[in-house]
Amino acid sequence: MRRAAAWLAMGMAGLALAACSGAQDSLNPAGDQAAHTQDVWRLMLIVCGAMYVLVMAFLGWALWRARRALDGPPLEDAVKSSADAPMRNALVGWTALIILGLGVLAVGSFLVDRSLARADTKDALHIKITGNQWWWQVEYQDPDPSRQFTTANELHLPANRPAILELAAQDVIHSFWIPNLAGKEDLIPGRTNWLTLNPRRIGVYRGQCAEFCGLQHAQMALDATVEDPQAFEAWRQAQLKPAPPPSNDAQVRGQGVFINGACGSCHEIAGSDAHGRTGPDLTHLASRRKLAAGALPVGRDGLIAWLHDPQAIKPGNHMPLVHMSDQDLNDLVAYLQSLS
Amino acid sequence: MSAAYPREVGAKEAEALHAQLDATWRTGTGFWDRLATVDHKIVGRRYIVTGFVFFVLAGILAVLMRLQLATPQSGLISADRYNQIFSMHGTTMMFLFAVPIMEAMGVYLVPLMCGTRNIAYPRLNAYSYWVYLFGGVMIWVAFLLNVGPETGWFSYVPLAGPEFSPGKRTDFWAQMITFTEVSALAVAAELIATILKQRAPGMTLARMPLFLWSILVTSVMILFAMPAVMLASSFLISDRLIGTHFYNPAEGGDPLLWQHLFWFFGHPEVYIIFVPALGMVSSIVATFAQRTIFAYPAMVMALIGNGLLAFGLWVHHMFATGLPRLGNSFYTSASMTIALPAGVQIFCWIATLWDGKPRFKAPLLFVLGFVVIFVLGGLTGVMLASVPLDLQLHDTYFVVAHFHYVLIGGAVFPLFGGFYYWFPKITGRMLSEKAGAWNFWLFFVGFNVAFFPMHILGLIGMPRRVYTYPAGLGWELWNRISTLGGLVIVVSVLIFIGNVTVSLRRGALAGDNPWDAATLEWATTSPPPSYNFAHIPVVTTREALWSEDRPVMEGLKSESREVLCTSVLDAEPDMRHASPKPSLWPLFTALATSAMFIGSIFHEWALVWGSLPIVVGLIGWLWPTTPPKRQLEAAT
Amino acid sequence: MKARVVGDVSMLPDGAFGSRTPIWWGLICFILIEGGGFALACGAYFFLMSHTEPWPPSRFPPDLPAGIAFTALLLLSEIPNVFTKRAEKAQDERATQLGLIAASFVGALLLAIRWFEFHSLNVRWDDNAYGSIVWALLFLHTVHLITDWADTVVLAVFTFTHEVDTNRFSDVADNSLYWHFVVIAWLPIYALIYWVPRLAG
Repeated sequence: MRRAAAWLAMGMAGLALAACSGAQDSLNPAGDQAAHTQDVWRLMLIVCGAMYVLVMAFLGWALWRARRALDGPPLEDAVKSSADAPMRNALVGWTALIILGLGVLAVGSFLVDRSLARADTKDALHIKITGNQWWWQVEYQDPDPSRQFTTANELHLPANRPAILELAAQDVIHSFWIPNLAGKEDLIPGRTNWLTLNPRRIGVYRGQCAEFCGLQHAQMALDATVEDPQAFEAWRQAQLKPAPPPSNDAQVRGQGVFINGACGSCHEIAGSDAHGRTGPDLTHLASRRKLAAGALPVGRDGLIAWLHDPQAIKPGNHMPLVHMSDQDLNDLVAYLQSLS
Repeated sequence: MSAAYPREVGAKEAEALHAQLDATWRTGTGFWDRLATVDHKIVGRRYIVTGFVFFVLAGILAVLMRLQLATPQSGLISADRYNQIFSMHGTTMMFLFAVPIMEAMGVYLVPLMCGTRNIAYPRLNAYSYWVYLFGGVMIWVAFLLNVGPETGWFSYVPLAGPEFSPGKRTDFWAQMITFTEVSALAVAAELIATILKQRAPGMTLARMPLFLWSILVTSVMILFAMPAVMLASSFLISDRLIGTHFYNPAEGGDPLLWQHLFWFFGHPEVYIIFVPALGMVSSIVATFAQRTIFAYPAMVMALIGNGLLAFGLWVHHMFATGLPRLGNSFYTSASMTIALPAGVQIFCWIATLWDGKPRFKAPLLFVLGFVVIFVLGGLTGVMLASVPLDLQLHDTYFVVAHFHYVLIGGAVFPLFGGFYYWFPKITGRMLSEKAGAWNFWLFFVGFNVAFFPMHILGLIGMPRRVYTYPAGLGWELWNRISTLGGLVIVVSVLIFIGNVTVSLRRGALAGDNPWDAATLEWATTSPPPSYNFAHIPVVTTREALWSEDRPVMEGLKSESREVLCTSVLDAEPDMRHASPKPSLWPLFTALATSAMFIGSIFHEWALVWGSLPIVVGLIGWLWPTTPPKRQLEAAT
Repeated sequence: MKARVVGDVSMLPDGAFGSRTPIWWGLICFILIEGGGFALACGAYFFLMSHTEPWPPSRFPPDLPAGIAFTALLLLSEIPNVFTKRAEKAQDERATQLGLIAASFVGALLLAIRWFEFHSLNVRWDDNAYGSIVWALLFLHTVHLITDWADTVVLAVFTFTHEVDTNRFSDVADNSLYWHFVVIAWLPIYALIYWVPRLAG
């Protein structure tokens, strides 16, 4: 059992180590929801840890005592024992202790849950997130239609301003989860769920679909950038604009490939003739960090690899392999890279 | 008979009785005899071995997954294959290993522990084994032919529905559910009837060994839990095959209906696996501490409490689905409450050891490992009951760690303890203690190395059911450690298999009661004779074999198969009951059932024409044993 | 250790009725399983109903006549059922045979009416979720109806071809018990299929 204790100690050390900062890490909170949840986690760790130590100590004591008894005289009566009465009192005490511990945890959990339910939503951003196999559609909503825009697989949030997320699903159940900001919430076909975020700390965090949603569930990530309000406003203004027109020959040819080839029938590029709605909106693709829901970095190499054979990068995804000449591929990439 | 009681049985009389009873009860050695057998020990042994084979198969899948995840962006296994592998791992472990093997231990042990000659409804027992076997073989053949399940052991709709899981993969999964549930329900009914009606005279409910209590509670839970998953999977398969809309939101259906039905079954399922293990732990602790279990009434109450509470927690699997908050808080409290009966039982076992003279043999080692691992898993379960914390940890590797601590620690460790404990009874030979110690320590260490890091992985953001993950998120090291631990478990299980193989031939002879245990299965020879007990044992204390006196009753027929039925509460002898003879009809009916289930995957009318052979099988099976009237008239 | 015989059970009966027999407990288990299935199916009905407006979506609830006829005859079928049960208890072979034959005929008639019930639902199983659950409820009950009817017919045949002893009488008694279950289980299903759409719509 000493070995078990050693394992436990190592484990606890591991948990402490794990608290170092990560971009997709529930122990590195960057928002109110994640921070409150971390409080619950700490409370749980203390109470449950104490309970565990108690049980192991009792077990250790029992075995140590019993080892001595091995050399003693045989038990007189296997069925009844003089130790029963004090042990019975101990059982009552133990039961009371469990009830007390559970009470503390239940109340603590309930209070945090209530505080989350009452999160500050004043002047909140409204964002609609739609889960698709295997990417995220992100629509920034506004009462004024000219101030609405759509993007994919990325979320920009101003620090210290609440955001209310409306969660829907296009095909199967997904689950929206950015551990540094908040717990997860499912996106369910035929239903609408809501999630409030109160981001506090500036940084880039990573989220990932948390409900198994089929073949490429593993590659359905999104980036969440928490930034200062000015930076957010600048980003929003840029997103509200249509895509810049192609500015050189390669880009013009690339746009032709996009619109006349297969691309435009699934993807939208605002300001061009590409108005497909089934795939991610690509209007400002080049301003994003990642491609294909986190599969590749946006950049020349990533785009070429992806367009060369999307099925090799993310087998089973709904983007077909489109054969094109090297010239067309280069032009297309040049055009896509201009979509900042 | 007009013998004066009490009387002693002479050696000659005992020998004659043995010859007569063995002729009546023995299973012949011919091929068809073996297929027709209704001996609960033979069926139970087959069940245990089959369940263990599925454990090994699912374990191989686990190793494949660990190898894939040992490095980020690994190309070892494709996404499609990986998804099938984790679906099969969960499906096999839950439906083909854990529940069946726990019931199998019951099938073998319950009649012996009750002091009766065979299980109630022995033909149904044979049938249930065949159905289980055919269902398991079907899904594994489908998997090997690349039509295995791909949507997880939980098969959430709409992913598992007709639109997003075309082809036959999910149909095979849904019918596998039907197979295993039919078999599990049948066994549950047998075990309930055996425990309630066939206990040895004098074994009142208050004298019942805790293992029997745990099997009784489990079986009743099965009756209430399994219909939910059968209904859910029937809805699923009809959505897929005949165009119903139970789960289709576009036509008024609701994907959450599946989740409610599935978890109404799925949560109790965990306790269905775990409660029999508690019974095994109680048996082992009492025997190896040489002390009656401390606070027996509290233990019984805790078992029943486990069974009841298990039905009140299913919503904690659905906290992220957006259900009303207040309801969620209720399920938080209910989920935490289940820690109470578990905590009470842990206390009582430790108190028993504290007060006893423990012998540190392999069965007890596994039980101690159980306490160390299971308590940790139970505590992480308490953590997951909290709504806010669960929203972070749900569907991450933290949950994977949690339920492996609970299921491997809480059920597989006691099961291995049970293997070491009852192997001498089943085979007549002891397993090697030395190999047993290696088996235990490697399993214990390997398990913790494999699964403890998963807690950390979950906390630092790694979701479940991903076939790969990117580098740079801090997950690489923990994944590699976990894979190493998995390989250590493989070594440990290989040692166990080697131990069994060698000990079957060369193990020390066990004798009737090698551990000096107190329950009735140890009152007969090892392995037990075909008829279990020459005379029906009479029970006067809870620890029947620890008293000097071994009273028995006589008077059951020896020239035909009879069992003694006793009253439900007090186990007063009430009637003699004919026990069915071997028959091939259960096998025939199981084949017909399988043909119907598999046929209905391909054509819905198979349900109709496929049921005709089943009717024929059932009529043959239940054909009265009383003589036809024509014979009677001819005779008079 | 030598066995010390303290009693003899050979004088005990080798057959009995009701809860004294293991078979009865098996039947109770079966009824619990099936009853649980029915209860969950009814729960699914309400679950689906809770977010479908109007209910039924077509606004046409099932036609009443076939359902009323079925329910009335099912309730009347308890007369031969109870008659048979009494005959069994009295171990009266002739009366048992008579009761079983009557029950078989009533069962066949019920199945015939059930056919018309399926045709009076005014919805197909693949129209919408309402249609699916209504068909499922009716189908589930029909399966039980057929099962117990077949059991009744087979038992009726046995009483003519084989000697009838306590165990056979006991089987017949269990068959009667199961018929009670088929009757009682129908009542909530009847209400759900025929009346809830009228009252809710």
